[in-house]
Amino acid sequence: MSEKLVFDAPEIMVDRPTHYCPGCHHGVAHRLVGEVLTEMGLVDDTLCVGSIGCSVFIYNYLDVDAVEAPHGRAPAVATGLKRAHKDKFVFTYQGDGDLASIGLAEIVHAANRGEKISVVFVNNTVYGMTGGQMAPTTLVGQKTTTSPNGRSAEEHGLAIRMSEIIGGLGGTAYCERVSLDSVKNIRRAKKALRKAFEMQINGTGFGFVEMLSACPTNWKMDPIAANTRITEEMIPYFPLGVFKDVTKDGEE
Amino acid sequence: MSDTKRIFIKGNEAMSRGALAAGCTCYFGYPITPQNDIPEFLSTEMATVDGEFVQAESEVAAANMLLGAAAGGARAMTTSSSPGVSLMQEAISYMAGSELPGVIVNVNRGGPGLGDIGSSQGDYFQSTRGGGHGDYRTLVLAPGTCQEGYDMMIEAFDLAFKYRNPVLVLADAIVGQMKEPVTPWEPKAADNHGAEDWRIDGAKGRKKRLLKSLFLEDGALAGQNRNLQSKYEAMQVEARADVFECDDADLVIVAFGSIGRIVKSTVRRLRSEGKKVGLVRPLTLYPFPSEVLRDLAKKGKRFLTIEQNCGQMVDDVRLSVRGIADSEFHGHMPGDLPGSDDFLAPIIKHLED
Repeated sequence: MSEKLVFDAPEIMVDRPTHYCPGCHHGVAHRLVGEVLTEMGLVDDTLCVGSIGCSVFIYNYLDVDAVEAPHGRAPAVATGLKRAHKDKFVFTYQGDGDLASIGLAEIVHAANRGEKISVVFVNNTVYGMTGGQMAPTTLVGQKTTTSPNGRSAEEHGLAIRMSEIIGGLGGTAYCERVSLDSVKNIRRAKKALRKAFEMQINGTGFGFVEMLSACPTNWKMDPIAANTRITEEMIPYFPLGVFKDVTKDGEE
Repeated sequence: MSDTKRIFIKGNEAMSRGALAAGCTCYFGYPITPQNDIPEFLSTEMATVDGEFVQAESEVAAANMLLGAAAGGARAMTTSSSPGVSLMQEAISYMAGSELPGVIVNVNRGGPGLGDIGSSQGDYFQSTRGGGHGDYRTLVLAPGTCQEGYDMMIEAFDLAFKYRNPVLVLADAIVGQMKEPVTPWEPKAADNHGAEDWRIDGAKGRKKRLLKSLFLEDGALAGQNRNLQSKYEAMQVEARADVFECDDADLVIVAFGSIGRIVKSTVRRLRSEGKKVGLVRPLTLYPFPSEVLRDLAKKGKRFLTIEQNCGQMVDDVRLSVRGIADSEFHGHMPGDLPGSDDFLAPIIKHLED
C-alpha cells in the first residue's frame, strides 16, 4: 500500500490507440502534459478535471485521478477540488468552445481569485466534437458549419484573445500562449507548461497555457496544410509569448 | 461535547450551524434573498473549522465547485434560493450521474421567474423530480422549524455519503427568516461511508479513479441508469413523516414545511372544538412517505393536501393512495403569507363535505 509507483515519461501515457483524427494536436498536448507531470514527479498527486468536447477523453490517456466537469465549468470544479485537497496538483484541460464561450465566467473568475490551479487551453478556432461549428476563437473569414460564408466581424465579432484577457487579471501568476505547429514551438510549449505548473506547486498562483492547435478535419485541410495555417494565419492574430509572469514582474 | 443550552437564532443560522456540526468543511455560494444569512454566517465561521468559503461568481459556478469538492470526498455544500437553484440544476444532474455526495439548501421563495422574496413551496416539483436533465432523483428533506433545520443538515450530510447522491434541504423563506430557540447538538464522528474508496485524491499506490457521467460504450449508460434506479429504490427506507392526531381522524391534512406547521396550529384548534382532523407532515419529500398515507387510506381516511403553491405535492399524495382513496387540494398562493386562520374555512369545508 505504501509503495511508491514511479512512472517514466511514457508510462503515464495509457497505451491505447488514439481516437483523435490524423493531424490533431490533442495527442501532442496530452503527451506534453504527461511528460511534464512525470518529470515534476506529480503523477501520484495529480487530479485532472476533464471538460467537454474532443478533449474530454484526456482521462483515458493519462494514468491519473480525474473527474469530468459540465461544459465550461472545469475551472469551478477545479476550484472546489483544490480547496478540498490543497496539497494535490489540480489541472483542467479545455478547448476553446468550452473555455472561451460557455465557460468564460468560470475561467475569468478562477484566474482572478488566483486559484492555485493550472489550465491547459487548447485553441483550434473551432468546435471539434460537435462537428465544426463557429467558436469564439474562429478567425474572421474562417468558414465553419455555422459561418458557411466565413466569420463576419459585423455579425459575430472578432475572435476572442483569451491569453490577453487572462494575463490582465490580478490573480494570474503565469500566462503564456504557445503553438504546436513546429518542433521548436512544441519545445517552448513544454517549458511553458512546466512554468505554469511550478506556479501551482510553489503556491504562487493561477497558471494558464494557451496552445494554438490544428483541427485538420473541421478545417477541411490535410495535417501539413493545417500546420501551415497555424503559422501563417493564427500566430499573426494570436501572438505567441508570455502575457504574465509574476516571478519576472516581481509582483505577488 | 454536547451543548444542551438553547440558543435563539434564525432558521438560516440554524441550518448553517447544523452543517458545521455535520463536519462541513467546504462552502460555496452566491448571494440571493432570502438565504443570505447562510453565506454571511459561514464566511467567518468556516475559518474557525479550518474550512473553505468561496463566494462564487454565480450559482452555476457555486454548484460546480460543490461537484469538485464532492469528487475529492469533502463534506461540502452550497445554498441558494429558487432562481439560483434553477441555475444549479446542471451540476446537480452531473453529480447524480457521477454519484457524488453534496448538500444543497434551497430557501424556497416565490416564483415562477423572479417571483418575489416571500415564502413559497413552488419548488416541490423541481426538488422531487430531479430538476435537471436525465433520470435521477435527489433525496429531499423539508424542515418546518429552526430545530429541524439544524437536525436535518446533519442528516443530509450523512444521507449524501450513504447513497453517494446529492441531498436537497428544501426549506422556505419562513423557516429561513424566523427566529426560534434551537438546541444544538454534536453528532457522533462523521461517517463518510467509505468515501476513501471512491474519491479522487491522487492515485498513489492504487489504480487511477475516474468520476464521470459520460457512458458511451454500448449498454454502459443503460447499466448506469439501472444502478441509479436501484439506488433510488433502496432510498425508500428513508421516508419519514410527522403523524399528528390521525388515529380517529375523519379527514387527514397533508402539508409540509412551514405550511405543515401552520396547519398544525389549525388542526389543534379544530381538535379543541371536537373536530376529527389529523395531519401528516412529510419530513422527506423524496422518498415520499407513501406507506404512511396508504395505511391511513386503508383505514378509510379522507385526505386534503394543503400547500403554498398551485398544487404539486398533491400529485404524490394521490399516487400514494391510488386505488383506495383520493385527495382534495387547497392551495395558498405564493406571494401571500398565511396564518393558521387562513386554513380554517377550507378544512371545515372538506370535513363537512
